[in-house]
Amino acid sequence: MARSMAMAGNIAAAYSTKQINPHVVAAYPITPQTTMMEKFSEYVANGEVDTELICVESEHSAMSACVGAAAAGGRVITSTAANGLALMFEIVYIAASNRLPIIMCVMNRALSAPINIHGDHSDSMGCRDSGWIQIYNENAQEVYDTMFMGVRIGEHKDVRLPVMVNLDGFITSHKIEKVDTLEDAEVRKFIGEYEPFYPLLDIENPVTYGPLDLTDYYFEHKRQQVEAMEKALPVVKKISKEYSNYTGRNYDILESYHLDDADCAIVTMSSTAGTTKFVVDKMRSEGKKVGMLKVRLFRPFPVEEIRECLSGLKSVAVLDRSASFGGFGGPLFNEIRNAMYDVDGKPSIVNYIFGLGGRDISAVQIEGVYDRLMTAQAKMPGDVHYIGVRGD
Amino acid sequence: MDQEKTWKEIPWGGLILDAGNAQEYHTGDWRTERPVHIMENCKHCMYCWICCPDSAVIVKDKKMVGVDFDFCKGCGICMKVCPFDAIKMVVEGEEGD
Ligand code: SF4
Ligand code: SF4
Repeated sequence: MARSMAMAGNIAAAYSTKQINPHVVAAYPITPQTTMMEKFSEYVANGEVDTELICVESEHSAMSACVGAAAAGGRVITSTAANGLALMFEIVYIAASNRLPIIMCVMNRALSAPINIHGDHSDSMGCRDSGWIQIYNENAQEVYDTMFMGVRIGEHKDVRLPVMVNLDGFITSHKIEKVDTLEDAEVRKFIGEYEPFYPLLDIENPVTYGPLDLTDYYFEHKRQQVEAMEKALPVVKKISKEYSNYTGRNYDILESYHLDDADCAIVTMSSTAGTTKFVVDKMRSEGKKVGMLKVRLFRPFPVEEIRECLSGLKSVAVLDRSASFGGFGGPLFNEIRNAMYDVDGKPSIVNYIFGLGGRDISAVQIEGVYDRLMTAQAKMPGDVHYIGVRGD
Repeated sequence: MDQEKTWKEIPWGGLILDAGNAQEYHTGDWRTERPVHIMENCKHCMYCWICCPDSAVIVKDKKMVGVDFDFCKGCGICMKVCPFDAIKMVVEGEEGD
């Protein structure tokens, strides 16, 4: 029987990795990811998994080992955060370009400098063009479930791309929550046997990975990656649905909360969506027509689905937990406003940057955003605003 | 290589699926210097044959008999490793002895 367990996000990530029982895990410790790998090392030491755990000397090596193992034909998992992801950066692109369905948990954390170990999205947002599928999770339950969906999505024959499973550093990685788990056999049944494509260890059919690719063919290979991302979108939807039916826990690429009759809405990701739901409940009880859209799937970006959800609203505030220095607002705002550009009668859309370096965002602050959306007559003045920074 | 293929017709990630297709690629095109084999010095020790990165040293009946210029890229490794001064490099287009 499936059990409910008390787990921090990192332990949910470790426990799901144990149940996936991948061929290879290669990782290097970094706060706030460390406790996931500590827990997983325990499983390895206890002989509870068949996994070859490779303890490497840096994140650059961790992702390199993952690329090698995946190209060899293995099911591979890793995890990192912040500066670790930044150090991997070169190989992160190579994993996607070689079409290797590696799973990587990223415990989203602020990038240096100055050194900060707390949660924001600057690390994974820096990788948004790397060719990885990116799913942002609200809580430990979502992390646990997304690992299994991620395996199926990345390994799907139309996709064959690596998948980044994001959770907010400390807020989700270290907070203990109730997580409903599956039995090992149920997990095995859902994820199935791994079917490697072009494995290097198939010596009957030798292949070359990573050859030189210049002006004659590089562009075509990039075009293939664009196509793989496009094909990934319906696959993510289909597998989310299949998993929802399998477990009774509902998953989709977006989660809309009281949007149907709402006048104004907040769009956000990860743990902040939980706080926002709390605010929506409170304001709804006061008769205010507010709603929320949580974006789970950021890459590929679900443009049509976003349009469906946000058309008909009067005003929208997009809450970004990372800054794009010199850019026109944060990354989520960029995507959302771009997606809505051609929609007739589109809502006015503004951006709020919040929570950098783990700065708390409170229910009161979120309510303040809704209040401003509701009182602004047509369009709120200004495009990009800040929540919770001293001096505005 | 067929230059006309679209992105729909090629293996993903630039994977090369046919083993040994380096044979279709003439690395000899790059050469700016050319090894010249001096037969009277050669002891047929096969050291150049082992070291040549493009397998361009031609061996017949256990004897080093010359270089395959479709594949010799002119790196000069054979000259460097030859213990008997039996290979020298000359600039492409200039006469050897
Ligand atoms: S290394 Fe020199 S001596 Fe030996 S086979 Fe080659 S050319 Fe001849
Ligand atoms: S020059 Fe280089 S490529 Fe040519 S035969 Fe000598 S070792 Fe081989």
